[in-house]
Amino acid sequence: MEQGPGTVSGGGFISLSENEQRCYSDLYTLCQADSSGKLAASKVGELFRASQLPADTLHQVTELCGAKRLGYFGTGQFYVALKLLAAAQSGFPVRLESIKSEMPLPRFVGMKNDAEVLRYPNHSQNTESQGLHLGKPSVTIAQPSLDRNALKRTESLGDKQEPWSPLRSPPSSPSSSSNQDKPLSYTYRKQWSSTEQLTASYESKHPSRPLFRQEVSSPSNYGSKSSLTHSSVTQARSVERSAEEGSADYHDDPWRITEEQRDYYTMQFKSLQPDVSSLISGSVAKNFFTKSKLSIPELSHIWELSDVDCDGALTLLEFCAAFHLIVARKNGYSLPEKLPQTLQPGFLQIDAVSPKTKRDGAFLGSYSELVPPSQQQKEPAHSEQWEAINELPRTPEPLIVFKDDSRTAPQETNTVESTYPPLSDISTPKQEPRIDSCMSAFSPKRNPAFKDTSAEHKHLENTSAAKTDPPQELDLQVKSRTRQRSYSSTSIGDAMKKVEEPPTPPPRPQKTHSRASSLDLNTIFQQSSQGYKGGWLPPPALPPRPLAAQIPHFVSSTETTSQQKPVRKLNFADFSKFSEEEENAVKNDAQGQLGKAAGSSEERSSLKKDILPAQPPLKPIRRKYRPESQNLDNQDPTPPLPPPSSFSAPGTKPHPPVQKQSSRQKRAIQTAIRKNKEANAVLARLNSELQQQLKEAHLDRIALETRLDQLRPVSYS
Amino acid sequence: NYPLYIRSIPTENELKFHYTVHTSLDVVEEKISAVGKALVDQRELYLGLLYPTEDYKVYGYVTNSKVKFVIVVDSSNTALRDNEIRSMFRKLHNSYTDVMCNPFYNPGDPIQSKAFDNMVSAMMVQVC
Repeated sequence: MEQGPGTVSGGGFISLSENEQRCYSDLYTLCQADSSGKLAASKVGELFRASQLPADTLHQVTELCGAKRLGYFGTGQFYVALKLLAAAQSGFPVRLESIKSEMPLPRFVGMKNDAEVLRYPNHSQNTESQGLHLGKPSVTIAQPSLDRNALKRTESLGDKQEPWSPLRSPPSSPSSSSNQDKPLSYTYRKQWSSTEQLTASYESKHPSRPLFRQEVSSPSNYGSKSSLTHSSVTQARSVERSAEEGSADYHDDPWRITEEQRDYYTMQFKSLQPDVSSLISGSVAKNFFTKSKLSIPELSHIWELSDVDCDGALTLLEFCAAFHLIVARKNGYSLPEKLPQTLQPGFLQIDAVSPKTKRDGAFLGSYSELVPPSQQQKEPAHSEQWEAINELPRTPEPLIVFKDDSRTAPQETNTVESTYPPLSDISTPKQEPRIDSCMSAFSPKRNPAFKDTSAEHKHLENTSAAKTDPPQELDLQVKSRTRQRSYSSTSIGDAMKKVEEPPTPPPRPQKTHSRASSLDLNTIFQQSSQGYKGGWLPPPALPPRPLAAQIPHFVSSTETTSQQKPVRKLNFADFSKFSEEEENAVKNDAQGQLGKAAGSSEERSSLKKDILPAQPPLKPIRRKYRPESQNLDNQDPTPPLPPPSSFSAPGTKPHPPVQKQSSRQKRAIQTAIRKNKEANAVLARLNSELQQQLKEAHLDRIALETRLDQLRPVSYS
Repeated sequence: NYPLYIRSIPTENELKFHYTVHTSLDVVEEKISAVGKALVDQRELYLGLLYPTEDYKVYGYVTNSKVKFVIVVDSSNTALRDNEIRSMFRKLHNSYTDVMCNPFYNPGDPIQSKAFDNMVSAMMVQVC
C-alpha cells in the first residue's frame, strides 16, 4: 500500500492530510492498481458510484482529475478524484480549487472499501486504541498462522493498526454501506496476498456455520482487523444482505470455504459423481464449470489452481476449491496466482473433518434460516433465471443449471444452496443421510417418474416437509429445476438409465420399423419373432411355410370364436400336415391351437377382433403409436386373402373320406402355395422397407464422415 | 506447424528466435523420420551451430505426441551441459503435461497457463 503521494501529477499539487493519505491509499489499493499504476476502471467506477453522487457530478470529477484526458486513472488522478468526491459530498462545487483546502474524506456507500474510508479519520483516535486491543486478541488467536505471517504482520501491524482500528469502528457504528465487510477483507486480503490464509480461519469455520454470523474468530485472518470489522458488520448485515452477503460467506476470507458453501459444493459434486470418494473426470468437470459462463482462460486458470495433483480429475476437495474459485470470480474477486492455502486439498481436508460432524443436525436448521431471507429476496429473480436457464442447458448436469443461476445472481450461495440441496439430490440416487432426509426421499421418487411432473410435486411436498419456509420459495425454483432435471437428469441418473434400458432394446427394432413406417414389418416381426425368437429376417426357406401357416393361424384364431365345427374338422385335417411343421419350426402358443383354414366373411370380421387380441400378446413390446387398427388394417388385406382362398378351397372339398387324401393333398398344396405367395409379398415389402432404412443409414454415415473430416485436421495439427 | 508457446529472455530478438525455431523444425523433422523403426526417441538432442556467425545452439526434443520443444541458447553460455539441457526438457515436458491435463485446454491452442509461464521463466532465469 503506498503512502499517498503528497502531490498529484495530473491535477496540480494538492496536499493530502495524513488521514486522507491513508484513506486514499487504501482506496487506491482497493481499486486494483496494476503494475503501471493504473487503476481498474471498473473498480474506480464502482467507487465513484458508491459515493452516491449524481452521475454528472461524477463525470465532472472524472474530467477534472484528468483521467479522461489520460484515459486511465493514475495515482494522481485517483487522488484528485477522491478529493473532488469529498468536496462534492460536502456540498462544495466540483472544482480544482475546492480541493486545495482540507477536505473531509469522501463517503462511499455500497462500496467494498467504503466504510473504512468513512470512518477512517473520524474514529482514528478512538478506534486506534480499540483497534490495538482488537488486534491483540486477534493476534493471539491467530497464533498458528502467526508463524507464517508474523513477519508480515508485525511490520504491517504498526501501519495497520490505525487503519484497522477505523475499520473496527464501522462495525460498531452500523454502517449503511452494504459490503463493507467484504471490501474490508477484500482490501486487506489483497494487500496481504492470497497466501495469507491464516489458520485462524478455523475459528471462523465453526461459528460461521450457524449463519453468516460471521466468525468473530476470523479476526485472526487477514487481519484480524478486517475480520473483526467483518464479523460485526456481517452480523449487522449478513442476513439482509443476501445478495452481496451471499458472497460474504467469504467473510473474512474469500478464499475460505464456509460450511454452507462446502455442503453446497459437496452436493454438486455428488450430482456429478455419486461416489464422494472418487474423482470427477476432466471432461465432466469441464462441462460443469463451463456452465458458469466464465471465460475459458479463466476456467483454465482455475483448473490449474485447483487440480493440485495434476491428474486431470478432481477429487472432492479439489472440486470444492475449484467451485469456490469460480464463485469468487463470479463475485468479482480476481483469481489468485497461487492456490490460496485455505483452498488446498490438505487444508480443506482438515477443515472438512471437524465441521462435518457438527453439520448434520444444524445444517438443515441453518439452511432454513438462511433460505428465507435470501429466498424472499431473490426469489423472483431466481425463478426467472432458473426458468430461463432451464431451457438453455439441457445437459446431463442439473447442477449446471443451478450453477448458472448462482452465477448470474449475486446471491449465489444463499439461495442456490438452499435450492440446490433438494434439487441436486434428486438426480443422485445415493443420498447421504446426513444431507437431507427429505432429499433422499426425493431421489427414489424422482427416478421412476423422471419426466413426470408429479414427481416435481412430490419433490415440492417433500421439500416443504423438510423445511417450512423455504419450500414456498423453493417450490418455484424446485419446479423449474426439477422440470429441467427431468430432462437433464435422465441422462445421468442411473435409475433413469435403467428405466431407459429396458425399453430401448425392444423399441429399437420398432423404431426402425416406425421410421420405415411399415406396418407389415411389425406384423412380420411379430410373426417371425414368434417363430424365430426375434430373428430379424425370417429365413426364406422354412419361414414361408410357417409364416403362411401363421397367417392362417391368425386367421384361424378368430375361428375359435366362431364356431364352425365342420370347418374345424377340415382345418384340423388340413393342417394336420402342417401342424408338425409348425411344431418344428414355429412355436406359436397362441396359434398352436388353431389349425383351421376355414374362413368366411364372418371370420373376417371376427378376425379383426381376434387379431387384435392375438397381436398384443404376441407383441408384448408393441408400442401404442403403432395403433392396433393399423395392424388390423394390415392384417386385414393379407389374412382375408388367404383365408377365403384357403377356406374356400377346403370348402369345396367336403368331407367325403374317399377324397380325403386327395383333397387334403390338394388343399395342402394350395395352402402351401398361398402361404408362399403371402410370404413372398410380405418379404418383398420387408425388403423395400429395409432398403429404405439402409439408405437412411447411408446418409447418416455420410454426415458423420464429413463431420469427422472436419475434425480431423484439428486433431492432426 | 505453429508454435504453441515461445519465450525468450536474454534478448528480445523475438523475431530472430521465431525464425530460428522455425528453421530448426526442419531438422527436427528430419531426425524424427530418421528413427524409422524404433519409436520416436524420447529425447533427441540437437546440438550444433546452425550458423557459424550466429554461434548459438539449438536443442530439440520431441514428445511421444509429436510436440516439439526447441531451446535456443547462446553459445557464450558455455556452462550449459548436456544434463542441464536434458533436465530443462524434462521440466518442460512435465509442465506441458500439466497443461494438457487441464480439460479446458484444447490441444493446439497457444499455451496460456500461468503456471507454465512461471516455470519457463524460472528455468530461463536459472540458466542465464
